[in-house]
Amino acid sequence: MAETTAISQTQETVPAPRREITLIPPVDVFEDENGLNLHADLPGVAPDQLDVRVDRNTLTIEGKAVIETPEGMEALYAEVRSPHYRRSFTLSSELEPEKIEARLKDGVLQLYIPKRESARPRKIQIKVA
Amino acid sequence: MFGSLASLEDDLLRQFDQLAREVESLFAPLRSVRDIRAAGRGAFPAVNVGVTPEAVEVYVFVPGIDPNALEVSLQDNLLVIAGERKLDYLEREDVNFYLRERHAGEFRRAISLPEDIDPERVEATYRNGILRIRVHKQEAVKPRHIEVKTG
Repeated sequence: MAETTAISQTQETVPAPRREITLIPPVDVFEDENGLNLHADLPGVAPDQLDVRVDRNTLTIEGKAVIETPEGMEALYAEVRSPHYRRSFTLSSELEPEKIEARLKDGVLQLYIPKRESARPRKIQIKVA
Repeated sequence: MFGSLASLEDDLLRQFDQLAREVESLFAPLRSVRDIRAAGRGAFPAVNVGVTPEAVEVYVFVPGIDPNALEVSLQDNLLVIAGERKLDYLEREDVNFYLRERHAGEFRRAISLPEDIDPERVEATYRNGILRIRVHKQEAVKPRHIEVKTG
């Protein structure tokens, strides 16, 4: 693994108080020199059903998919068995959680978590003598 | 030493796999007989199918797609959904990846629908990353009245 994994998944040691099944959305996490990007698949989640929060150093993404089902519909086959999504990550201290930018479009959440100015790579000028 | 660690991991993975299959079998009432085209766990896109007296409702969980680039076809009772999801950031050379879980590239799912559908009456909508396809059932055949003749 890379030596500077700035974002890591937290083990959910405390069992969720609810008994609902929650789905773990697939994510891509990648870093550029200014910050971290996290893209998560949350099909069915509308902006008002999405909750992205940072509690101390834990980032939690939670969402509820709204699936319009006609009355009296019977399930014939289901691969998605819950409308609840949840996933948490720990953020390292060089990130600025108060400056997270979030965008949700077509069921994909895009988060951008900038690094503190001091944590960004500085270009060091080499003077020619 | 590392050889024995590797076999330990293998064994653990096998146990997890076994566990996953057992958990899955708890849902046996829903899928005791597996459709031959059913995809394995983690297939993209995931699909749910439901029925009402009027229609078959198919939900395809396909986020981050231009709906115009989705190909949906229905031949007899076979519904096929195909497309491609391009993730532009995979091309970037200035980034390091820590997690790569989202499906990228082409995909295709085929779902066999019940026999009594009307392939001419299909509606598809895309919203918040879910493609919903409603295939109406054939108009119910009216009960025939059979007259009993007296001999």
